[in-house]
Amino acid sequence: MSATVIQASGLSKRYERGATESSALLRDKLARALRAPWKGWSGQRQETFWALKDVSMEVQEGEVLGLIGRNGSGKTTLLKILSRITRPTSGTAELHGRVGSLLEVGTGFHPELTGRENTYLSGAILGMSRQEIARKFDEIVSFAELEKFIDTPVKHYSSGMYVRLAFAVAAHLEPEILLVDEVLAVGDINFQKKCLGRMSDVARAGRTVILVSHQLGQIRRLCQRVVWIDAGSVRRDASAQDVVNAYETAMSAGEFTSSDRSNMGGQKARFVRWEIAGEAPHSITSFGPVRIHFYLEVTEPIHRGHHGIALFNSERQLIWGKAADDLVLTPGTHRFTYEFPSLPLRPGPYSWLVSLFDGTEQIEMWEGVPEMGVATDSLQHPRDEWSGILNLPSELSVREEGGENGKSYR
Amino acid sequence: MSSVTSHSAVASAPRKRLSDQPTIRIEPMRGGVDLRLGELWRYRELLYFFVWRDVKVRYKQTAIGVVWVILQPLLSMLVFTLFFGRLAKLPSQGLPYPVFYFAALVPWIYFSTSLVSVTNIMVENQRVITKVYFPRLILPVSAALSGLVDFGIGFVVLVIFTMSYGIRPGPSVLLLPLFLVLAFLTVLGIGLWLSALNALYRDVRYLIPFIVQFWLLASPVAYPSSMVPERYRWLYGLNPMAGVIDGFRWALTGRGQAPGTVLIASTAMVIVTVFAGLIFFNRMEGSIADRV
Repeated sequence: MSATVIQASGLSKRYERGATESSALLRDKLARALRAPWKGWSGQRQETFWALKDVSMEVQEGEVLGLIGRNGSGKTTLLKILSRITRPTSGTAELHGRVGSLLEVGTGFHPELTGRENTYLSGAILGMSRQEIARKFDEIVSFAELEKFIDTPVKHYSSGMYVRLAFAVAAHLEPEILLVDEVLAVGDINFQKKCLGRMSDVARAGRTVILVSHQLGQIRRLCQRVVWIDAGSVRRDASAQDVVNAYETAMSAGEFTSSDRSNMGGQKARFVRWEIAGEAPHSITSFGPVRIHFYLEVTEPIHRGHHGIALFNSERQLIWGKAADDLVLTPGTHRFTYEFPSLPLRPGPYSWLVSLFDGTEQIEMWEGVPEMGVATDSLQHPRDEWSGILNLPSELSVREEGGENGKSYR
Repeated sequence: MSSVTSHSAVASAPRKRLSDQPTIRIEPMRGGVDLRLGELWRYRELLYFFVWRDVKVRYKQTAIGVVWVILQPLLSMLVFTLFFGRLAKLPSQGLPYPVFYFAALVPWIYFSTSLVSVTNIMVENQRVITKVYFPRLILPVSAALSGLVDFGIGFVVLVIFTMSYGIRPGPSVLLLPLFLVLAFLTVLGIGLWLSALNALYRDVRYLIPFIVQFWLLASPVAYPSSMVPERYRWLYGLNPMAGVIDGFRWALTGRGQAPGTVLIASTAMVIVTVFAGLIFFNRMEGSIADRV
């Protein structure tokens, strides 16, 4: 017997474009009100858009529900409404039980405070009582593997240590309903696994989880049911396998490309999709050779084409980049193929950026969708702060000089 | 729209039945006024943590921490004594100039510094506000409360200082907490407006130095309120800090302007300000997370 713990009906959220900009000055508003007093204080029309349109759904107790959709589709807005951070413009929802939301790693952390102090502070902000934190404190610290540094201010922590502590606090949150946004995308792969393990324990204990993620593999592993949000509405609500497959099909058909691109150029030519030759079209699973194709649709001839490519990691750090000059392209579809002997990258999400210029005119600047996942095993130091961006296979051998026998270490 | 996926939920520990769990209703903003002060009480532990964080960080960041808290009113007192006392020869209600000014500066500095921190608190905590829910009212309340720690330190110095002039507080000292509560509520009442406005319009913080400066002139810090003509006293008292500072000075030293018309007007004004502030903050609360 399961009971409904979340019931949302007709949730909609309207935002005013530009309202979040820092240009929202009282001075301007006063000036406008003085110039046109008959229009009233809030008379001026602002461009509005619906981030969420009439979303209804039910979530049962103990269910792990995945939310997928491309950037800006409204997943995060939905999560923010359910966690009461923002109110819907219309529609209602009812949640039964305590709600914990994990929309960011290290919510409420203060750099000047120590690990211990931040554990209490962040725990309290996420909704734990002081007693509860005190009771779980040792467990949190050992989960984060930070026993030695717990009384050091977190500003002296490496980013890996910081993330581990933040996760450890969050992982010990035990509300009846847990809302998680994308936060599992950071941190090293081993620690991620540890957190995922804990989350499935949480779900097994009968708690309800809503998880937003771009990592479809993760969604498949963790969720029974998935809701696909597209342009603010529910596009599909069914079993994880069914929805993720439909989503992947839509993505590789290049469905999302047109609205994801910048609106500069794109008239003469545009990149429509990318894929990795082989079984998994968007993830790297081995240390062997990799061949990647980008498809460009050309509508008008290009005589002095310059083409650039860049690979970024999830922290928007440039991993690799290259350019080619003097391309001549005729109308039609062109396939750009890059061959690498190996892409030994640290496991995680990456993104491609490909561009095309004609002379100095920008024709295309395309952020490849979907992201590229690297899902190889980590061959690096087990501690996150000592593992870098390259996941290079290596071998160590130790031999005494002049001696006979050496020993190899993997 | 909905599907039911049932799976075996292995409960590791006996859990509360769902019907025992609190139900949270999420709805659009309505026209009515619901201040949800009970919710503030339920979140009192978080309030404590915010105050604790403010105090801890403040004293960790400044090397001279406590010394600065004492120096600030002391230095201001010296300047006031020199210019308003010795040079301008303003009356001081029979009190030595240093005591007269110091007794006003300790509550005044609490008011002015807290007003600034309350104004900025929503903007400073925008990351938390956009990532997790709690009653937003906790933030301005915590900022107004954490200023009381500095006030406490200044107050101890003030008492020692006053005693060193041979002035022993009389029974009126028992009314001191009343004036402190009044000061706290003034900070909160005004701060609720300013913090919400500052979150919505970033230029509000540039107004603060002017507001504080004018407010200082409109309060009996540098001069006694007895200089204000009797028939305008009630009008003067509409500045709540007039009642606070007059009363504070009187309660501590037993001399000066005993609370009367000014205090009544101030108290009435504080009550109105706090209620209006709560309602305004409550109305703005819904859109703050979308706009900070």
